[in-house]
Amino acid sequence: MDRFRRRWLAAFLCVAFLVVCASRARAQENYFVTYTHHMEEPGDLEIATKSVTGFPQQGNSFLGNATELEYGVKTWWTTELYLDGQSTFGENTLFTGWRLENRFRPLLQEHWINPVLYFEFEDINAADKSLLEVVGHDGVADFLEPSDRSEKKREAELRLILSSNFKGWNVAENVIAEKNLAGEPWEFGYALAASRPLSLLATGNNCRFCRENFSLGAELYGGLGDRYSFGFSHTSHYLAPSAAFHLPSGPTFTFSPAVGLNHNSHGMLLRFGVSYEIDQIASRFRRNR
Amino acid sequence: MRGRTPILAMWLALSATLLFAAIGDGAWMQRVPERDRLRPNPFADNFNAVSGGEKLFHQNCAQCHGSDASGRDKHPPLRSDRVRAATPGELYWLLTNGSMRNGMPSWSKLPEQQRWQIVSYLKTLN
Repeated sequence: MDRFRRRWLAAFLCVAFLVVCASRARAQENYFVTYTHHMEEPGDLEIATKSVTGFPQQGNSFLGNATELEYGVKTWWTTELYLDGQSTFGENTLFTGWRLENRFRPLLQEHWINPVLYFEFEDINAADKSLLEVVGHDGVADFLEPSDRSEKKREAELRLILSSNFKGWNVAENVIAEKNLAGEPWEFGYALAASRPLSLLATGNNCRFCRENFSLGAELYGGLGDRYSFGFSHTSHYLAPSAAFHLPSGPTFTFSPAVGLNHNSHGMLLRFGVSYEIDQIASRFRRNR
Repeated sequence: MRGRTPILAMWLALSATLLFAAIGDGAWMQRVPERDRLRPNPFADNFNAVSGGEKLFHQNCAQCHGSDASGRDKHPPLRSDRVRAATPGELYWLLTNGSMRNGMPSWSKLPEQQRWQIVSYLKTLN
């Protein structure tokens, strides 16, 4: 059995294990790029994987992946570690770096619009293809050259997250600013999203395929240039319908085909993710001792 | 300096007692606006809403408050005089806003109808 098959088998076994050994809590991730004001519950650990695959016409197809460990430190503070990797067909499979992020919710009650402050440090290389955000003049041209991990990118990313819940809908807006700490200018981007469960009422029976377990929505995201060339010129933008399936007492599956909106964008990106929440992980360790 | 140590210890003990008393005394109730306090539960006496609320409770609340709602670790029991005395509107407000300083998160990620279903279930426990 070759290495590729072994990896897929391992991934399948992991998902199967999560489904079989389901915990009580469930993850609530609906989007790939946009963040909402919903924080991780304190003491809970969410393990998620977000993958994106693209098919550039003049380059090699790729599969980017970010594995995410998200922990609720406080009700108003969530911290996350990402481990990124990518595989480009005909080239190589690489670990491309890590990201550490923290989200803080300054207002401790629910409001019409709920702000969250987001701080991230990234230590990745130029071969990274996880596309967790689109900023500056990012575009399909970045994916046409062979993967190069010699160029390090140590970057700081700031986001202002604004999010609201209204009549079952979640609407979220992110303003993104990112800076390569090697002296590059600030780059900007945006992400907008809305989603809604198919049913707002919970049924009494433990059904897997009830309408309440499905959410549909859409994301719109793209770059806004940099400090010296702010605007839409030479930027890329995507419109991405999204669907999420919250398996009761188990993982959440998300899928989002993104359509590029201009010639700088990828024609199509397919995103898919699995997330799983382990409730009160610290308490479990304490009880087991 | 040594003479101040017992005073400092007493001050810390008193502060801690008052703090825990404030948390345990349901200080969040004081912050509920009057119009929210008086909101009626649209699913009162609806059996289907209660069974849905029970399912939601086990999916979202039981990991902290226990599957029988009797509390777990530092998380308070929900079979209590305080929950019994609280109006549906007060419980709904708590689910929506949380009591974030005390570790209770906001459950606004659940649709409004589902939060009322949980309130319906909590009322049947008491």
